Amino acid sequence: MTVDDADGRIFAITGPPGVGKSCLIDAILHKLTPEFSVAVIAVDPTSPLSGGALLGDRIRLTVLDDKEKSDSIYFRSVATRSSSGSVPSVVKSLTNYLLLQSFDIVIIETVGAGQSEMRCAAIANRFVIVEGPARGDGIQAEKAGLLELADLIVVNKSDIEGSQKVVNDLKVSLSINQDPPQIISTSATTGEGIDNLVESLLNLEERESSKRARYRQQLMMAHESVLVNNPNFETIIDRISQEGLGIEEALRELIE
Amino acid sequence: MGGRQRIVIAKPGLDGHDRGAKVVARALRDGGHEVIYTGLRRTPDQIVRTVIDEDARFVGLSSLSGAHNHLFPRICQLLRDSGLNDVVVFGGGIIPEVDRSKLFDSGVKAIFGPGTPSAEILDFIEVASSKDCGVGSTSDWRWGE
Repeated sequence: MTVDDADGRIFAITGPPGVGKSCLIDAILHKLTPEFSVAVIAVDPTSPLSGGALLGDRIRLTVLDDKEKSDSIYFRSVATRSSSGSVPSVVKSLTNYLLLQSFDIVIIETVGAGQSEMRCAAIANRFVIVEGPARGDGIQAEKAGLLELADLIVVNKSDIEGSQKVVNDLKVSLSINQDPPQIISTSATTGEGIDNLVESLLNLEERESSKRARYRQQLMMAHESVLVNNPNFETIIDRISQEGLGIEEALRELIE
Repeated sequence: MGGRQRIVIAKPGLDGHDRGAKVVARALRDGGHEVIYTGLRRTPDQIVRTVIDEDARFVGLSSLSGAHNHLFPRICQLLRDSGLNDVVVFGGGIIPEVDRSKLFDSGVKAIFGPGTPSAEILDFIEVASSKDCGVGSTSDWRWGE
């Protein structure tokens, strides 16, 4: 069992900071476990200044306090570190390994910004975007180019005013698509809509357009790792900087 | 060895004061390390489980409740029981001087009280990461000696 044939079992949950991704995952884990075993890989950004990272997603997981459920959960924080190529391939290997360890479901949680995070999320085969109220209009998500990847959109914080307006805006803006993703309204705080969300996740179909967008990301990731993993990569960079080797020529040497 | 470490910062026991733990977590992040913060009121079992899941090399325990004499040695023992002998344990918070030697004997390698410069904690991480001073080692080295 690997990433490539675990259809419908690897979920990316992505969305801007503060919309409640971690709380939603907690709520989902409460429903899924102990019936299913679930591994969560939480990807957080590395500070570009220090190279360090503060990985705090565990704090939200009240489900880990429940011994009966926590035994069927694995939770691992991953920092993006510096290279946009290496972390997604680590997340892919980690996902493969977790599937081999017989986890039923793997959830990859990321902030939906930045190339590295986007590629981590593209390893999944079901893509969920979390939105929330008071974040400007629905155009923000379109700007980020995220909606094309989505199989499901969750508008969280339904208990807060303005959340229904976000649902409506998204519906209008997605209505021009051929196969628009489903939109679900939830509140991780009150529990509203969580049953519906879990049900939808377990039966979620892959959209043709999101599949294509994901394969695009995966192809780019594979291409980049061919470059970065070439044993001559550093030598070629030296030759570019010291001997005036052209970029085009360098690329040709690295790929051949 | 040195370099980037994965460090769990944990709040064991019934103690709601985490300003210190957060300041330390932030300082370690700014020092280039990957820090996993557990949040408040964790049990020793939960902390050890976090160290396993997150593959951390260090665990920092913060306690201001007075229960350190029970909690810190318990966590050290559970780490050894789980085979995590190479994990380095350090502590902080309100730890009276008279309690410290017992905690060191139980496997804690450094105790940082209020007023410790964050640079000192970073120095400790760097020095300890190149030593065989995990919670299961027989080395009696400790920070500040």
